[in-house]
Amino acid sequence: MSQPIIKIEHLYKDYPSKNGPMNALSDINLEINSGEIFGIIGLSGAGKSTLVRCINFLEKPTGGTVIFDGQDLGKMSNKELCKARQSMGMIFQQFNLLMQRTALQNICFPMEIAGINKEQAKKRALELLELVDMSDKADSYPAQLSGGQKQRVAIARALATNPKVLLCDEATSALDPKTTRAILSLLKDISSRLNITVVIITHEMSVIEEICQRVAIIDNHVIAETGKVSDIFSSPKHPATKRLVYSDEQKSNIDFAQASCYRLTFDGTSSFEPIISNMVMECKTPVNILAADTRNIDGEAFGRMVIQIPDSPNGINRSRVLAYLAEKNIHVEEVDSCLTQPL
Amino acid sequence: MLDAATVSMILGGIRDSFYMLIFSTVISYVIGLPLGVALIVTDKDGIHPLPLFNAILGFVINLLRSVPFLILLFLVMPFTQFVVGTSFGVKATIVPLIISAAPYIARLVESSFKEIDRGVIEAAQSMGASSWQIITKVILPESKPSLIVGSVIAATTILGYSAMAGVVGGGGLGDIAIRYGYYRYQEDLMYICVILLLIIVQIIQEVGMRIATKSDKRIS
Repeated sequence: MSQPIIKIEHLYKDYPSKNGPMNALSDINLEINSGEIFGIIGLSGAGKSTLVRCINFLEKPTGGTVIFDGQDLGKMSNKELCKARQSMGMIFQQFNLLMQRTALQNICFPMEIAGINKEQAKKRALELLELVDMSDKADSYPAQLSGGQKQRVAIARALATNPKVLLCDEATSALDPKTTRAILSLLKDISSRLNITVVIITHEMSVIEEICQRVAIIDNHVIAETGKVSDIFSSPKHPATKRLVYSDEQKSNIDFAQASCYRLTFDGTSSFEPIISNMVMECKTPVNILAADTRNIDGEAFGRMVIQIPDSPNGINRSRVLAYLAEKNIHVEEVDSCLTQPL
Repeated sequence: MLDAATVSMILGGIRDSFYMLIFSTVISYVIGLPLGVALIVTDKDGIHPLPLFNAILGFVINLLRSVPFLILLFLVMPFTQFVVGTSFGVKATIVPLIISAAPYIARLVESSFKEIDRGVIEAAQSMGASSWQIITKVILPESKPSLIVGSVIAATTILGYSAMAGVVGGGGLGDIAIRYGYYRYQEDLMYICVILLLIIVQIIQEVGMRIATKSDKRIS
């Protein structure tokens, strides 16, 4: 990757309140590289929406610096800031389209603000409608469009001024799973085709898995962990990260509260090998598979599995299985009280 | 009872009423609309918060709105005399009508502006729009249907107030109703004036609402 397009250093954000300043973000340090799709994930209230608004200075940070494309946003005049924002598109959970304008006019809007002449703006808007596959809806008003269609128009609008960065604030949270996937693949396509850096704010791990290359986990107003999505996914370290990574399985609510449950994590090389069946034959012991899941992250397959190994009185069964797994380079972790820590 | 003179007097009254209505409404909007914009923009959640200015402006508007129109009519007579050179008649009625209606309209348009989703304004800010661009390209056009509804309410209120001005010989249908109907016990004339006012209000209401509905793109 090339040099960072967004560099956040020691960023703090406080909100004034009756009981003194309320901390929303604390000592945030991030580097987002040009052209990458970067995810910021956290539970609601963690401060991720504030963070994305600090990137384009919709919220002025209390302390620290935000460097965008080599320029310190904090040192800019209002006018320069408006200009810089034209290089940063933004889309929102609630789409925020102008209700009294057609799709085409909505896309022309940022170009009007930037002072681009009408003819040129219209031509560009039509191209963008084509890009987001909405050419037939040019003259529809937002009220006549579905959620997914509105977000497509919003994406086209955000791209109108040829931004270098696209900020997405919970852009798929108001959409159903199928539409979410379509919008995410559109974002991925746009990012690689136009070489735009995309910053995705979300509370859903599945969104990160689907399109992000790197991710920052924000928990309790600080960055808990940053790294490649594949690393974070295969070996989450911070408790907040674990909560997010394993959150999908928690929903299944299976009671694993039994002794000798193990969580296995397969990396990209092993998930296509019949490890479990080989293990059963080799160790001559049956195992009980309680949960299993495989996903494709950035082109590599990752699997997780929770197995129960029935123990013989001398404990030989279990140690044999664990030795076998260790030999195969599979990460094994004993799972104890499993309601809080499944898969 | 409806001889040619009476008919022409009533027609004159209709003309005077419309004259007061249109003049006062237009000028009240010229004053009230920017005041409403100032209120919403300088609000603590607005795009350019100025708490002290906002509080003072709000106070002045409330002050003017709390004076009953009938009292205001007498109260501002010296001012009226100064501005239009007379303190009675159609022209003289327009001055207190504007003083009363402009702050009312400022509040009306402020409430229309408040209907706009904060997110839409945030989106415009994220595109680098200046405060002036947000006012002219987002706040005003996005609240257009609501502003039209508000103008219908304002116009009918102003028509009602203008009829009240009949007390000081303000002219128009209200004036005829009071002078002939009340002072001279020609009740039939009074009823005619009231019915005419009612018809005018109905027409304004109906036409205005139709324009508002038609202009609103939120209804597909």
